[in-house]
Amino acid sequence: MGTSRMLLAVLAGTVAGCATPGELRGTGDLGVVIERAAGRVQVVDTSSRKSLGTVEGLGDLSHASAVFSRDGRYAYVFGRDGGLTKVDLLGRRIAKRVVQAGNSIGGSISQDGRLVAAQNYEPGGVKVFDAETLELVADIPAAYGRAGKRSKVVGLADVPGNRFAYALFDAGEIWIADLSDPKQLRVKKFTGIGKEPYDGLITPDGRWYLAGLFGEDGLALVDTWNPDAGVRRVLDGYGRGQEKLPVYKMPHLRGWAIAGDLAFLPAVGRNEVLIADTQSWVEVGRVPVHGQPVFVMAQPDGRRVWVNFAFPKNDTVQVIDVPTRTVVQSLKPGKAVLHMEFTPRGEAVWISARDDDRVLIYDTASFVQIGALPADKPSGIFFTSRAWRIGM
Amino acid sequence: MMCALIRSVLGVFGAGLAASVLAGNPAPADPGASPFGRRDSARRAELLNMVRQDCGSCHGLTMKGGLGPPLLPETLSGKDREGLAFTVLYGRPGTPMPPWRDYVTEPEARWIVDQLLKGLPDGH
Repeated sequence: MGTSRMLLAVLAGTVAGCATPGELRGTGDLGVVIERAAGRVQVVDTSSRKSLGTVEGLGDLSHASAVFSRDGRYAYVFGRDGGLTKVDLLGRRIAKRVVQAGNSIGGSISQDGRLVAAQNYEPGGVKVFDAETLELVADIPAAYGRAGKRSKVVGLADVPGNRFAYALFDAGEIWIADLSDPKQLRVKKFTGIGKEPYDGLITPDGRWYLAGLFGEDGLALVDTWNPDAGVRRVLDGYGRGQEKLPVYKMPHLRGWAIAGDLAFLPAVGRNEVLIADTQSWVEVGRVPVHGQPVFVMAQPDGRRVWVNFAFPKNDTVQVIDVPTRTVVQSLKPGKAVLHMEFTPRGEAVWISARDDDRVLIYDTASFVQIGALPADKPSGIFFTSRAWRIGM
Repeated sequence: MMCALIRSVLGVFGAGLAASVLAGNPAPADPGASPFGRRDSARRAELLNMVRQDCGSCHGLTMKGGLGPPLLPETLSGKDREGLAFTVLYGRPGTPMPPWRDYVTEPEARWIVDQLLKGLPDGH
C-alpha cells in the first residue's frame, strides 16, 4: 500500500468520524451560536452537545438574532450592520446574503414561512424579503409625525395572517403591517402608546402584542384579534414613583415570557421580575431578583423561569419556580452571561458566557452542568425549534 | 420643545460643569497622558473590552451606533473631550445613557474618550 493511498484511507476515516456537511440527517436538534465579534456562527447539535462546524463571513454580529425556515434547514441571521444572511445548517455555508440596511436589530419570519422581515434602526423601518431568494418584497419606512422623521424599530414579531407587529422607539407607536397580500400592503398604526418602547413580544397563541416601555413604567398591549379596540396600558406605574436604577443593558421581550397563564416580564431599572395574568393583564405578583433582568425565559413546560442580568451582575442566572413564584436556584455560569436557549422540550438549557468564551449546558431538572463548548465571545443561541413557534 | 430646550441648555452647561467638576480633581499634567502605569495593560484591555462589549450593546460593537448614537471618530470630532468624559461618568438624564462612574475613574473616562476619538484599535 503506497503512502498516498494510506493517507487517503486515513483522511476518509477522519471525515467519516465527523459530522460532515451534506450528510443525510434531520435538523430538529440543530441550532446556531452567534460568535458576535468574529462574524461567525457555530452550527451546534443539541443531541450530541457538540459543535458541528462554523460558518464565517456574517459581518458585525453584535446584537445578532436568528429565525429559521419552517423546514428547519436554514437560519436567517440578522446582523447589526444590516446584513441578512441565510445560513444552510446542513451544508454549513452561506446560502444567500444581502446587506439591507445600515444598522439593524433583528427580524422575524411570516406564518407561511415565505417572508422574512428585518427591523432596522438606520434607516428606521422594516424591510420584507422573499425567504427563498432574499429579494426585497416590501419596504416600510417608519416615518412618523408631520415632518416624517424616521424612527428606530424594535420588537418585531410575527402575527398570524402574515402580519408583523413592531414598535417605533422614537415615535412611541405600534404598527401592524399586513402582508397577506404583499402587493396590497396595509399598515395599522397605533399612536401615543407611551414613551420609548424598547422591545416587544407576541404571546405564543399569536393574540397579544406587548411592547415594553423604557421612558415610562408600563407596557402597551394590543389585542391582534381585535385591533380596533386600540392600545391598553398594562402594569402601569409598576415603579411606584421610585426613580429607576441606571440601566446598563436593555431587557429583551419575546414569546418565551409566557408560562401557562402568566407572563413573566423584566422590570426596567428595577431588580424585579413582574408577573401578569394573561387573561386580565393585571399584575399578580413580583419576584425580587439578583439584578436587573435582561432575558426572562420560561422553560418550554412553563414550570420554571430562567433569568439573566444586566452589567455588572451578569455573571449570574436565577431560576424562578412558577407555582411558588420564588427564586429556587442561583447559578454562576461564567463572566458576562448574554443569552439562554432551551432544547426543544426543555431538558437542557444552553447559556452563553461571553467573557469566558464558553457556552455552558445545564440540566434543567438538577441544575447540574452537563456540558461546555468553546466559543469566541458567544452571544445569542438559537435552536431550530423556534421555526415552529409563533413569535420566535 | 421644552425638552429640546432643556437638553440644549444642559448640553451647554453640561460641558462647562464637566470641565469644572473634572478640574476639581488632580488631572494628569498632560491632557493626553494615559491614566495607567506602563505595565497596566490588563486594565486597559479590560476597559477596551467593556467599551466594545458593554457600551457596544447600545452603541454597536464597532461603535457605529444602535439604540445609542454612533461613537465613531467622525461623529465625535469637534465635540468637547471633557463634555464627553462627563457623559461617560454621569450619563445623560432623559435618555437611556447611564452613568458609569461606579465602574470607571475620571482619568479612565478621559482615556476611553481619547480611544473613541482616535478610533478603537482593531481586534476582538
